[in-house]
Amino acid sequence: MHTLTKILQELVSLFVDDGTLAATILIWVAFYGLLLQLLPIGSWQGPILFLGLAAILVENARRGARSRSG
Amino acid sequence: MIDWVHTGPSIIAAFLASLVEFVEALTVVLAVGIVRGWRPALTGACLASGVLLALIVVFGPMLQAIPLNLVELVVGALLLLFGMRWLRKAILRSAGVIPLHDEEAVFESETRSLRQSGPVAVSGWDATAIAASFKIVMLEGIEVVFIVVAIGATSGSLVPPAIGAGIALVAVVLLGVVLHRPLAVIPENVLKFAVGVLLCAFGTFWTGEGIGIAWPGEDWSILALIAGFLVAAGSAVPICRTRLIIPSPAK
Repeated sequence: MHTLTKILQELVSLFVDDGTLAATILIWVAFYGLLLQLLPIGSWQGPILFLGLAAILVENARRGARSRSG
Repeated sequence: MIDWVHTGPSIIAAFLASLVEFVEALTVVLAVGIVRGWRPALTGACLASGVLLALIVVFGPMLQAIPLNLVELVVGALLLLFGMRWLRKAILRSAGVIPLHDEEAVFESETRSLRQSGPVAVSGWDATAIAASFKIVMLEGIEVVFIVVAIGATSGSLVPPAIGAGIALVAVVLLGVVLHRPLAVIPENVLKFAVGVLLCAFGTFWTGEGIGIAWPGEDWSILALIAGFLVAAGSAVPICRTRLIIPSPAK
């Protein structure tokens, strides 16, 4: 049981290092997926998804640096 | 005809990611081999490689049997989480927020710990050595398996990422055999930065396809996404560095 838990923890840690980053990415993708069903965004669909993800990455890294610098 | 827009980045992403992982595994396998003997070191590495190969053989075709839209969404999202984790860490390392991975230091520490973990078995199985070698190859290899299977499942063929990973494996093993020391000269963080950018681009593209996005230029969008993530991550490094330099206000 302990080994199984350890393997599962290792598997989860492949994708989740900072919980906030993972949660924000999933929330953005889910929210944007729903938004696409409701609004006709046209050819900007892809670039908007990317811009959201890039903003999440930069902001999360900035927060990470701030929390480590005290 | 080979679709190089998809195949090229697939091979490069799998090659670079695998190179980083194999270099890290090699450091510990070398430590085991030098301290406890080559037979248990190679036995553990071969056993783990066998398990990893079995995982690719089982999960690769299994994922290709699932409807593409679902695979794109689920695997694309996982690839995105995986890539963003790598890229975030690489940004923080480039900015000096967290220390760089030092293969020489890992080698020293592993060597010391293996010397302290009891006498070397003269005959029979050296369980400590086999376990150490098996564990590191499994831990690092599982990431390679995920990348190969994920890229293979979403792009429709396991061959390009498997070729990339295979070339990396051969290169690292050859360098390990020739040099007999950790590959500390490989710029690991630069590679991790590049892999993070590539995986984020693939993850974004396939997640987008999964939620019904029609990408402008179709597969060519992957190249634009690579450029976009490179710019975003590159601009995050000085931002994070500034955060370190600015002193906190006096209380």
